[in-house]
Amino acid sequence: MKFIKGFFHFWYDFIIGDDWKIAVSVLIPLVVGAGFVLNGFEDSLLLPPILAVALAASFVVALSIDVKQHPSD
Amino acid sequence: MGSSTDWGLAISVFVAAIVEMVEALTIVLAMGMTRSWKSTLYGVGTALVALTGFTAVTGYALANWLPRSSLQLVIGVLLLIFGLQWLKKAILRSAGRKAMHDEARIYQNKVNAAAAAGDKVRFGLDWFSFVVSFKGTFLEGVEVVFIVITFGLNANNMPVAIMGAVAAVVVVLLAAIVIHAPLTKVPENTLKFGVGLLLTTFGTFWAVEGLGALTPSHTSLEWVMSDLVLLPILAGWVLLSAILVKILKVPADQVPVIEIIQPVSVREEA
Repeated sequence: MKFIKGFFHFWYDFIIGDDWKIAVSVLIPLVVGAGFVLNGFEDSLLLPPILAVALAASFVVALSIDVKQHPSD
Repeated sequence: MGSSTDWGLAISVFVAAIVEMVEALTIVLAMGMTRSWKSTLYGVGTALVALTGFTAVTGYALANWLPRSSLQLVIGVLLLIFGLQWLKKAILRSAGRKAMHDEARIYQNKVNAAAAAGDKVRFGLDWFSFVVSFKGTFLEGVEVVFIVITFGLNANNMPVAIMGAVAAVVVVLLAAIVIHAPLTKVPENTLKFGVGLLLTTFGTFWAVEGLGALTPSHTSLEWVMSDLVLLPILAGWVLLSAILVKILKVPADQVPVIEIIQPVSVREEA
């Protein structure tokens, strides 16, 4: 049990790190993009650049929340 | 190796591996110089064996079990998360909102922690220095392995990616042997900014392409301009980072510094 807990703890630390908001800021635009792809927009040449802009906007939101919570470390 | 893509691949992996190696080296030096070189080197050796196994299994699984688009999605998401975490820290450091990564201070904190730790001995080894050096080497090493595997597989040139990482290991080890102290002169924050931008750019490109894994044909999504779109994506992240640094900038006298943590005995005397 201790090993399994340690195993998941290691991978959580490694992938999510000390700021889960970054992981969420990546996943939200990609889940929305997946929705578009599953609904027949996979051939749209506009979808990739729109998703890139959405990823950037999502990162700005995550960073803003972090700066508000921790003005300086 | 001759094309500009090969050089770009090798340089990307080399720079990323340098950053990770410098961090691992700081931990190893602190343990070796204050506790036990024998136990520290056993920790490093065990971590290298574990890393070799991890690399073989992960590399084989990624290359053989996943279709190309799924591979792009998985590694694109990972690169985006790693890249944006590095970018966030680099932006906050450049804006003066986070203490600069200072190897000398981190080294001192590790030394103080080593001095305060107990003298537990297991299997004839100083357990504290063994565990700390194992964890430090393995964690930093796994990041390098991920970068090598993802860049190597996607550029279809694993040997060049491995050469980039090996060159970084050799350079950092040689520098450590010559200087015999933490590598404080490496412009780590600047390198991290660059690597963060690079990982984020490739992560954006591959994660979006990889969404094609959800289609019945599992064909990757198409970007306008194909691979050349990497340049405008990189330019976009550079521009956004510069704007964020400017907006978040704080006066120089309010910039935080990494606090040196004193061991209990020193704190009591002070």
